[in-house]
Amino acid sequence: MLDTARQVATPEGIEITLRLAGPVPRALAYLLDLLIRGAALIALSIAVSALGQFGMAIFLLTAFLLEWLYPVVFEVLASGATPGKRAMGLMVLNDDGTPVRWPASLTRNLLRALDFLPFFYFIGLLAMVINSDFKRLGDLAANTLVVYREHKPLKASIPESAAAVPLVTLSLSEQRTLLDFAERTSRITPERAAELAEIVSPLVGDNTGQAAVRQIVGIANHLAGRG
Amino acid sequence: MKQAAFENCYRDEIDRFEAWLDLAPKQRRRMKHDATTGLATDDVPAAYRHLCQLMALARDRQYSPDLVDRLNHLVLRGHHVLYGPAGGQRTRLLAFLANGFPALVRAERLLVLAAALLFFGPLLLLLVALQWHPDFVLHFVSPDQLAEYEEMYDPANARLGQRDSDDNVMMFAFYIWNNVKIGIQTFATGLAFGLGSVFYLLFNGTVIGAIAGYLTAVGHGEPFWSFVAGHSAMELIAIVLSGAAGMKLGGAVIAPGNLSRKAALVEAARPAIRIMYGAALMFLLAAFIEGFWSPLKAFPPTVKYAVGLALWALVVAYFTMAGRSRAT
Repeated sequence: MLDTARQVATPEGIEITLRLAGPVPRALAYLLDLLIRGAALIALSIAVSALGQFGMAIFLLTAFLLEWLYPVVFEVLASGATPGKRAMGLMVLNDDGTPVRWPASLTRNLLRALDFLPFFYFIGLLAMVINSDFKRLGDLAANTLVVYREHKPLKASIPESAAAVPLVTLSLSEQRTLLDFAERTSRITPERAAELAEIVSPLVGDNTGQAAVRQIVGIANHLAGRG
Repeated sequence: MKQAAFENCYRDEIDRFEAWLDLAPKQRRRMKHDATTGLATDDVPAAYRHLCQLMALARDRQYSPDLVDRLNHLVLRGHHVLYGPAGGQRTRLLAFLANGFPALVRAERLLVLAAALLFFGPLLLLLVALQWHPDFVLHFVSPDQLAEYEEMYDPANARLGQRDSDDNVMMFAFYIWNNVKIGIQTFATGLAFGLGSVFYLLFNGTVIGAIAGYLTAVGHGEPFWSFVAGHSAMELIAIVLSGAAGMKLGGAVIAPGNLSRKAALVEAARPAIRIMYGAALMFLLAAFIEGFWSPLKAFPPTVKYAVGLALWALVVAYFTMAGRSRAT
């Protein structure tokens, strides 16, 4: 249905839907991580400034670890997401939908050195917009995806009402669209719901406004097998 | 079956599986029979398979998107738990160092030799050529940098290869930070048709050769060579291996064989990243030697040369002989 949905087949013979994350949320997640790492380094440099050259050694080692291992450690040990990715609701997965392990995470993060060139992830961005899965070169080599960590979907909630029989025969995808609409009525404004309902004139007949919405919700109740 | 009937029929089962997923991983493993979810650990795979079936049904019957999305989300979480990482790989690092790493390097010997040629070729060439024409060095290194190196390897220094004010631990940290970065650059840029790896190998070989040749020619040879002897084997070979790993990626992109370029890249990345594990460890060892052993002036140059040569022999022997019986 959506072009950013990617189907992954599992050994159970079914397909799971993953929602791919594009360049903008990923760039924001990266900037957040950059801020976190920067803040950590500044705090550290103040803390160790009294230690002279030994403090400098601690600072350099930490800078090294933060630069290369920060994303790897979080991706492998904190269910696929650095703090920045977590804040943006993203996570890293293998192509087959399983959590990433050390080799894949290291591959994708070491190859940042190439994606970053010639300035600020230009090559990475180019690669992301060229291929269909928003993969930068590191993702291509490591066979990984960055997807949305799905929010817990609301439990199915078609508003209860008296069932209404539709006047015309509906195809499966039309039925699904009506069910989708009925579930969304609680999340959009009544005016917008009325506007959308009135479009389907063969189903709502002469009803307008909230009466049209009620009619569609009634049909949805009929389709869901209530009443 | 209409959606409402479906939901009534399976609601309890779906909720039970979700409650099990919501348990903390530790709790999940311990639970023989969980009172809150009523799901025994042994029954989870079967429950998961049934959930998969329910999702397939819901999707095929075009039930409402909220229901299908909820089932999809639960199946995805179950997938992560059931196919997630298993524990127990602590012994693997030792086995990798004892057998896997040298065997892997031997398996890629053509690439490693090519990388060694690209790196040591210009290095040795300049080292020799500069003995006759030391001024030639200015084509590769700026005068300012040269003056800095001359200061570093001044025979009058209290320690070798470092300014007197530098601290061992700090230099150790600096060497890790700098050398591993060079290694990663040499590796990563190889994906671009191998060009980046070739460039960095040639570039580093040229600069190192130029500085070594120049310092030897102007009479700073003894402090220079007794400084670099100790860590040279680990560090230079680690750079060569990083380059070889990068060229492995580039090779997959240039000549993917019967695979698609993407599939060939994924195939090549697996051994390449394993070579990088080993290279990173070698960089770490090299930085340790460079920070704490190499600057010592307490030992005469002959001792330092002997240690350096012994380490070269050890590294070469390791890569040619270790892990032959258990090679995979």
